[in-house]
Amino acid sequence: MVMAGESQFHVLAVDDSIIDRKIIQTLLKTLSYQVTTVDSGAKALEFLGLHQDDTTNPNTPSPPNNHQEVEVNLVITDYCMPGMTGYDLLKKIKESSLRNMPVVIMSSENVPSRITRCLEEGAEEFFLKPVRLSDLSKLRPLMLKTKLKDQNQKQEEKAAFQSPKLQQVEQKQQPSNDDKGKAIDEGLSPEKKN
Amino acid sequence: MLGLAADRLRADTNRLLAFLFHQGILDEQFLQLQQLEDETSPNFVSEVVNIYFHESEKLLRNLRSLLMDKEFSDYNKMGIHLNQFMGSSSSIGAKRIRNVCVAFRAASEQNNRAGCLRALELLEHEYCFLKNKLHELFQIQQQRALAAAVRYPMQN
Repeated sequence: MVMAGESQFHVLAVDDSIIDRKIIQTLLKTLSYQVTTVDSGAKALEFLGLHQDDTTNPNTPSPPNNHQEVEVNLVITDYCMPGMTGYDLLKKIKESSLRNMPVVIMSSENVPSRITRCLEEGAEEFFLKPVRLSDLSKLRPLMLKTKLKDQNQKQEEKAAFQSPKLQQVEQKQQPSNDDKGKAIDEGLSPEKKN
Repeated sequence: MLGLAADRLRADTNRLLAFLFHQGILDEQFLQLQQLEDETSPNFVSEVVNIYFHESEKLLRNLRSLLMDKEFSDYNKMGIHLNQFMGSSSSIGAKRIRNVCVAFRAASEQNNRAGCLRALELLEHEYCFLKNKLHELFQIQQQRALAAAVRYPMQN
């Protein structure tokens, strides 16, 4: 049985500031994570194997990680970026086949309504910049939890497949998609201020 | 002899850092960056700071050319540059520069061109000062590294 902690965790960091990318990369490497940095939400989606219009497709299959070539365990993104904000990116991930991917938001401004909005949209954590090592040490349990959940799911699937009797057991994977009818705003959100 | 030089250089480093912190020019974030330096990233702080210098000079040039334009009215664009400058300054612990950016941004939000010009001058001055001090710091650290490389072995 593979223990979740054995392989390295891979974090995707998204920030338009070159300085912040360098700092977050070093912080994450200090914590022994594998790190990839990109400078925009669009590039993040591309790296994750999602395309901007995947999120509007109701037939996008679960389980997750279908499209990915490289496994990412967590996305950490700046809030204020030109084009696609961190919030927009969060939304797109949560409406895609990677909806279980933990997403963390960073922001240099302490705006309570912003924090609430992100947490309500499914962000696991919200860090104020400059981000510290102590903030990032909160990431491990998030990634561990998701990895264990994924592994349990896979084991269930495997067991169901192997035992013909259990094939009739209802798969619990498909979450209810109440709001798929809602049109999803692509790209720019009106709020550009930091 | 070399041991004394190393001690003197260490004292110089500490004195300079103490001065910069005491004057509120740098804050704790700079220390956080120093703590990230190790065998795997030995020049981390100077690398980050050099990127900061490069980015800052670009931003300062942009701000100046915006304000020097007789037909200037795009305070929004200026706000974007300022937010970038604020963010990067905060990320390296350049507290005083960040604070000047805050005042600059306030003037910009009031469409106060004269106030913006004054803030820009102050910003350029603070930036020059910080750059000189950090170069001084890196020079001392380079000398320390050299001194350590040729030090005689200690005898207990």
